[in-house]
This record gives sequence, C-alpha cells and structure tokens, in this order.
Amino acid sequence: MNPELDTTTADTAPAPGRFERTAERGEATAPAATGAKRVQLKGLHAYYGDEHAVKGVDLDFEPGKVTAMIGPSGCGKSTLVRCINRMHEEIVGARAEGEVLLDDLDVYASEVDVVAVRRVIGMVFQKPNPFPTMSIFDNVAAGLRLTGARGSSLTERVERSLRGAGLWEEVKDRLRSPGIGLSGGQQQRLCIARTIAVEPEVILMDEPCSALDPVATLKIEELISELKLRYTIVIVTHNMQQAARVADKTAFMLSGEMVEFGPTNTIFTKPDDPRTEQYVTGKFG
Amino acid sequence: MGAAAIIPPLSSRRRRTDRAARGLLAVGTLLAVIPLVLVLYYLIEKGAGAISWHFFSSDPTGSFLGDPGGIRSALLGTIEMVALVTAVAVPVGTGVALYLVEYGRGSRFAGVVRYFVDVMTGVPSIVFGLFVYITLVIGFGGSGYAGWKGSVALGLLMLPVVIRSSEVVLLLVPDSLREAALALGAPRWRIVARIVLPSALPGLITGSLLAVARAAGETAPLLFTSAVVFGTTFSLNGRMNSLPIQIFNDVGQAQDRLVERAWGSALTLVALVLLLTLIARLFARRSRFS
Repeated sequence: MNPELDTTTADTAPAPGRFERTAERGEATAPAATGAKRVQLKGLHAYYGDEHAVKGVDLDFEPGKVTAMIGPSGCGKSTLVRCINRMHEEIVGARAEGEVLLDDLDVYASEVDVVAVRRVIGMVFQKPNPFPTMSIFDNVAAGLRLTGARGSSLTERVERSLRGAGLWEEVKDRLRSPGIGLSGGQQQRLCIARTIAVEPEVILMDEPCSALDPVATLKIEELISELKLRYTIVIVTHNMQQAARVADKTAFMLSGEMVEFGPTNTIFTKPDDPRTEQYVTGKFG
Repeated sequence: MGAAAIIPPLSSRRRRTDRAARGLLAVGTLLAVIPLVLVLYYLIEKGAGAISWHFFSSDPTGSFLGDPGGIRSALLGTIEMVALVTAVAVPVGTGVALYLVEYGRGSRFAGVVRYFVDVMTGVPSIVFGLFVYITLVIGFGGSGYAGWKGSVALGLLMLPVVIRSSEVVLLLVPDSLREAALALGAPRWRIVARIVLPSALPGLITGSLLAVARAAGETAPLLFTSAVVFGTTFSLNGRMNSLPIQIFNDVGQAQDRLVERAWGSALTLVALVLLLTLIARLFARRSRFS
C-alpha cells in the first residue's frame, strides 16, 4: 500500500526459535518470526496543550515479542502507545515530539502519510468498539473496505482474520447478524479480527481486557500469545498478573517517564529501581 | 435489635410532601395539555365539515358569490415550495453540521459559524420574509413575487434548525467508532461516509423532517415573497398559493364559507405536519444512540 513503509531492512536473518529472550542484548539479531517490524522510540515527548504527558522516552519493541507497559493511572503509558500509530495527534491540542522508528522509517517524518502509518500499526482499544451499523462479516471487512482495498478474496480474508482472532467457530453460522449482538469478549476478539484483517506489522493494545470478565480475558491472552508469532505487540495493562502472563518484556512508567525496562521476569522479581519494586509489589498505584 | 430500629418507617411529613409535589406536577401537565386538545378539537369540529373531494380538487375561485373553490393550489404550492427548500436546505445543513463536527472541532472558524447559526435560529421568521422581499422581490430590478423566493425565505429559516439538529445527532456518534476507523488506516472522508453517516442516519432524517414540518407551517416568510390566493400556478417561477397564506386570507373574510375553508385548510396543514412528525418518530425509533 505504501512503499515507504514497506522497506524491509535487515530483518531477513534466518528465524531462530521463539524464545531467545535469554540472549541478553539480542536486539540486533532477533527477528523472531515473519516480517514483523521493530518499533523504536527515541526521545519521545507527548503533550496535551501545556500538559507534558510523556517526557522523553526511549524504548525498543522487538518484533515477534509482547511488550507490556505498566504503571499507575495517568502515568502516560496509553498516551505513549497512541503516539506509535499517531492517534495521539487526533486529540485537539495534542502533539508529540521525538522519533518513532518503524524499522528505520520515522513515522513522524514529514513525508510520511499518517493514514498509511495506521494501516501498518493496528490498534485495539480498551472498550470493544465494533461498528454498530455493521454485521460481523462487515465489521471484519470494514478495515479492508475503509482503506480502499478491494478484491475477490474478501470472504477468504474475513474468514482468515476471524480464525486468527479465535472467533470463527463461534460466529461462522451468523456472519450476517450484527456485531454488537456478540458478548463483550467476543466483540473484543471481533475488533482484533478487524485489526489483523488489514495485515498490520505491529498491534497496539490499549488495556484490551479491562472491560472483560476473567474467562474472556484468558481467551484474549491466549490469542495474544499466538499473535506474537506474527506481529510486534505492545500491550498497555493495569493488571500486573496479565503483564506477567503475556509479556516477554515489560516497561514501567511513572509520571510520564520510563523508570525501568527489561525482561518481564526481572521487572517482577528483581527490579533495579526501588519505585518499580514498590509498584509491582502493590505498595502504591 | 429489630430491623424497624435501623430502617424507620416513612414519616407522614415526607409522605405528604411527596404527594403534594406529585400532584403539582400532574396539574401542570394537565394545564399544558388542555390548549393542545382544544386546538385539535376545534380544528376537527370546524374544519371537518369543509373536507370533501371537491375541497382538494379545485382551486380557490376568488368569486364573491357562488362557489369559493377548494385548496388545491394551496396544498400543491405548499408541497412544491417545501420540497424545493428541503432539497436545498437539508443537504447544505447536514454538510455544515458535518464540517462543524468532523473537521472544525476546536477551530475558531467553526466557533464563529456555530455562533451565527445560534443567532439565526432565534431570528423571527418575518425578518427572513422581509429580507427576501427587499433583496429578491423588490431589489435587483424588482422581479416580483415567486414561489422559489418563498422557498428561499423558508430555507433561511430552516437552515439553522437543520444544522443544529444534525450537529447534535452527529455528536451522538461515539468517538470510539471514529477512533476505531482511524486506527484501521481509513481516510477521514471514508469514515464520514461509511461510519458516521450510516450511524447517524435515523437521527439526521428525524431532525430534517421536524425542520420540514416547521417550515411547512410558516406564514410570515411567504407573505412578502410568494403570496397569492386565487392563482392556479404550479410553476415555482410564478406567484404561488400555500396553505398558511390561504388560512391567513380566508379567516379574515366576511363570508362563512371562506372562514370554513380556512378551518379546512388548517386541518389539512396540521394533518400534514402530524404525518411528517409521525414519520420522524418512526425513524427516531430506529436510532441507535439517544
């Protein structure tokens, strides 16, 4: 769709196993699965008018891995994630500074088409938001239709996306019924299907389970573990058990700054920073 | 300790206050309904007698003696002028509302537009009639009364109503839907065409129909722009009759038959507006957000 965004670079090294988290600084050689892309933040600042919400964060989201963003409410983790696909700037008065590199392309560069950025970096929101006027089928197809993609393979791609989101078996007999008739958990998986139908490289999830019950949450978490084989996943979560369950790496944020970033295990068991320890052990937040 | 000690019984004073407050509200509601019922009663009582096939199928003759004729030209004139104004004011008004909600959020220009729309909503309808009279009827060479000039005056009246109601309905479309579509990489215009408009459609139709109903009953904007009572023109370029003008003229006449025709016209007009309102309600029921 956008040639600028399709410049694959050094990610063609033979894919090693899924769990090379042990290779401590394996970033340079760690393209996990397919063509999922690395996302790097360099000196990212985000503002709402005069309010400085994200204060110079550097982060590295590895392809084929799940990275969790944790931190108390208002620490800027959602804002940071919304900067990655440039959704932040849709809010009146909001702006961002710094670099967000998708492989080696800065998505904030002036020649980049913001609409194309969002096709490559998909997003799942906190509250399931299927389009209320559309059927299940049309909801999944919406991404393709809204982006102007057409072709005979629509039915096939919808099925593939619904399978990918683990929803196919539940809805295959009622694809024509409205998307809002599904349960909350199913709606969220429908939204995930809609996101992956566009075939992004990166999926951002902004507290995708906070409106769901534990059973639906578990299903989404299982889904995330499958999706990470193909996509770079960033998940914002309030739920520290969830971060521990699904994330390979975890970043802890506080008042707009990134306090600590490392393998999830380390963050939860022996963090370097005392503030991280206080937060993960429930002393505040 | 018994439950009665924790939850004391309702005091008689609270009970009395509650009863009095409910009573007052019921009386107020009744008072508001009385004039409405009376208007409808008199309309049917006085107007039903005038209704006949002849009433709808003949034009007013204007002859002092003999058959005064029916209201065909008035009915058709109203329908024609309102149809013309609807065809222009509804798309334009919806377009302005789309601009205000989808593109102009937070912009100074949109704020100014919104302010002027508010002011226009409050302008008395006769002012629009006078404005069109000065500019189009006697101004620019003074080409006289015409149906389409009546439509222009009605349009000026209707436009702010359509803009306001459409804006409210568009604002009801949850932002989460716009965000979802944006995050999929959809361009703005596609989001408007595929997500926002379909979601808001029932409400947009309701608002527009109510504005149409309002315009259909207006007299003042037509008085100085299109009015004629005895004409049989169906061309929007000529002078045109309309139901409100017909009523306005007939009710002041000294003949009982003409006054009866006024009542019949009024009944017809109310029935027309009622029909539009009913259709609007049907669409409103289909609305997803409200």
